[in-house]
Amino acid sequence: MSALAKIFKNTPWYIPAALTALIIYPFLVSNYFIDIAFFFGIYALLGLSLNIVLGEVGLFDLGHAGFYAIGAYVTAILNTRYQIPILALLPISAFAAALFAYIVCSPIIHLKGDYLCIVTIGMGEIVRLALINNPFDLTGGPNGVFGVDFPKLAPGIVIDSSIKYYFLIWAVVGLSILGLVSLQHSRIGRAWNCIREDGIAAGTTGINVRHYKLLAFVIGAGLAGVAGNIYASKLMCVSPESFTFWESCLMFCIVLIGGMGSIPGVIIGAGFISLFPEIFRPFAMYRMLVFGSVMIVMMMFRPGGFWPRKRGGVSFRSLLEDTVDGAV
Amino acid sequence: MQLLLEQLINGLTIGSFYALIALGYSMVYGVLKLINFAHGDFFTMGSYIGYTVLVLGAAALTVQFGPWIGMLSAICVAAGSLTIVGLLVERVAYRPVYPVGRLPAVVSALGASIFLQNTIMLIWGPRYQAYPAALIPVVRFQLGGINITLLQVIILVLSFFLMSVLYYIIQRTTFGAAVRATAHDRDTASLMGINFNRVILFIFTLGPALGATAGVMVGMYYRQISFTMGWNYGLKAFTATILGGIGNLPGAMFGGLILGVLEMLGAAYISAAWKDVFVFLILILVLIFRPNGLFGEKIAEKV
Repeated sequence: MSALAKIFKNTPWYIPAALTALIIYPFLVSNYFIDIAFFFGIYALLGLSLNIVLGEVGLFDLGHAGFYAIGAYVTAILNTRYQIPILALLPISAFAAALFAYIVCSPIIHLKGDYLCIVTIGMGEIVRLALINNPFDLTGGPNGVFGVDFPKLAPGIVIDSSIKYYFLIWAVVGLSILGLVSLQHSRIGRAWNCIREDGIAAGTTGINVRHYKLLAFVIGAGLAGVAGNIYASKLMCVSPESFTFWESCLMFCIVLIGGMGSIPGVIIGAGFISLFPEIFRPFAMYRMLVFGSVMIVMMMFRPGGFWPRKRGGVSFRSLLEDTVDGAV
Repeated sequence: MQLLLEQLINGLTIGSFYALIALGYSMVYGVLKLINFAHGDFFTMGSYIGYTVLVLGAAALTVQFGPWIGMLSAICVAAGSLTIVGLLVERVAYRPVYPVGRLPAVVSALGASIFLQNTIMLIWGPRYQAYPAALIPVVRFQLGGINITLLQVIILVLSFFLMSVLYYIIQRTTFGAAVRATAHDRDTASLMGINFNRVILFIFTLGPALGATAGVMVGMYYRQISFTMGWNYGLKAFTATILGGIGNLPGAMFGGLILGVLEMLGAAYISAAWKDVFVFLILILVLIFRPNGLFGEKIAEKV
């Protein structure tokens, strides 16, 4: 608790500002804009989860949508078949995604850089293709699973409207941020950053590199599973096309646009990815053109991301080097 | 036995598409250490440009010079246009970013991919387009009981010809040695008087041109093209690149061919619906046991 207390004492100005904005916002706008903010929250959660793997440890993971899909499908299948309440499934989906990550990543965790990248892409694609192919008649094939329930907080308190979902997702994002900040300042967070900066040096100072890399995947996947759980109950249905390679690429961009390892950066990155196409809706067909160009321009002017992490963040030197051996 | 041989031929045909695209990935990766996500869209754009050439001029060209010239002009125009697109993308999206680091370049490449894909959609529309039918006369050869179409023979011959030319340039000419030296160590190569910008020019001319050629051939083979197909082919070709050992050109060629054959054998003997799962599983297994790809060299870790 002392770590948390210290963080609260040094709270920067933007946190109360953001909190106030978050609480006032849904009372000022229509349901449509509340829903947009809900998906902003989902992407923020997904960005935070990938940030553990990519930002903190520097492991290229382009298959994160696979973990997200596991969380969503576990929720949808267990809820529609066995009527298990959604909130009870929240830890179960997180655990399922984490377990999946542990099993899948154990044999591949020693791979470096782009090789790990392609294996995670392969893993994500296998999950998606398996969902389409409907193994054991569980996943409903390309149509997916329908009729997922609303979460019930307590008897009589059912989360069934846009505004309630909005507060649910942002409460979960807030709790995750608290957890992740204390993780960043813990022994684990320092070990992760050490591995990212120089994996071999980390190994020689007694850090169990394999163990900590796996831990990052497991925690990241668990958080993505939580996002999947909330997503499934909000949409009331899940289908394989929500979990494509494209979705993994978006998460990757969220972390890099925001700034690797920087939590406020990831939130901004998620905002960019989820709000930009909505704000530029008047441009209709041209908005994705603009979106692609903005990504390029952004990397020219802020290569370290919009809000790079200062202490313990990615140093400029390691960005300059072609290959960050070991870390990458 | 007959099924096996026919699937091998089909697999080699698809594999040669993957191999041609994979060469572009591999060259860019070798020199810049950048995964060029826009490469799949170079391929798609080539396919669409070939489509336009054939739709607009196929009748006239075919009547005057026969079907061969129609096909060759489509390939030449597509490849030629894509060299320009490739150089533009390099100049606008990559050159300002890659001195800063690898990860910003990845985002920039994804941005370029989104940009190109939507450009294709805006120009040619979001619907599927169909290549003109019977561009190449449908002729079947019987070889010891197995069927090969004339189109397959053309695709195989043309892609093996292109791959051999590229192999010759890279492995046997002085300029190829310069490219290999740059891929090995850019700073030392520059100190030895190799013009880095000329190497970049070379890889961003040839890579997209090969991709565009594959695009036209895919259009003729499947006759149906869509603006999103670059993702799928790009992903497979990138898989082939890694399978062969990234940055290794003969590796990329063999990786592509092996991937195509595996895919077709998987479709024939296991299940058509699970063939891509099968391909990715093989990839993961290969990387678990050979972490640098099938033909990759073991690189010592820097301390």
